[in-house]
Amino acid sequence: MTRVLLFGRLSDIAGWRERSYDPPPQRLSALKALIGQEDHALAEALDGPGVRAAVDKALVRGDVTLVGAAEVAFLPPMSGG
Amino acid sequence: MIRLLDQPFDPGAALSGFCAGRAETGAVASFVGIARGEAGQATALELEAYPGFTEAQIGEIAEAAVTRFGLQDFLILHRVGRIAPGEAIVFVATASAHRRAAFEACDHLMDYLKSRAPFWKKEHGPGGERWVEPTARDLADAARWD
Repeated sequence: MTRVLLFGRLSDIAGWRERSYDPPPQRLSALKALIGQEDHALAEALDGPGVRAAVDKALVRGDVTLVGAAEVAFLPPMSGG
Repeated sequence: MIRLLDQPFDPGAALSGFCAGRAETGAVASFVGIARGEAGQATALELEAYPGFTEAQIGEIAEAAVTRFGLQDFLILHRVGRIAPGEAIVFVATASAHRRAAFEACDHLMDYLKSRAPFWKKEHGPGGERWVEPTARDLADAARWD
């Protein structure tokens, strides 16, 4: 089972913050396609500028494998302070 | 040390605590970021973090700053949750043998926190709410250190 977390404006667009997939898709691109299937606004936002992904709390680039991943987070542009 | 706080904190007390017992330090620089009311246009800020990930990401940058500037120590406090105008959002203190390193490291850490640290900031006001993303100035400030 893989837990998917949305942060910032992504969770506002989706209307949810956390969801589980069991069995999870094997790759990040497949997970994004699955999430975006029923929500085109979210699909567009996930592909928006500056949106990063983290797998098990490590930033990733490109279409990584999700085999064995417990948690995938989608992170819009960050701003603190 | 890095701490995320979900309640208001006293930056003066944080600075006093950080300065205590430093017979060999020589220089401490600090910065406090305070939520602005924008003349009634911002009634509250809401800050979201990714617990575990946020501290780890800030920790990597802070440890790199320790090496780069020759810091002896640092303290970063960052609020999460709902923040009222006038409350401190962020506190950074840096300790080094001489002042230049302490000033520069503090400036560097704040530029990083404003534009690249994993926080998401929503501003609430009379007209509704909006997500605040780094400004061009924030990004340019952070790029000074690359």
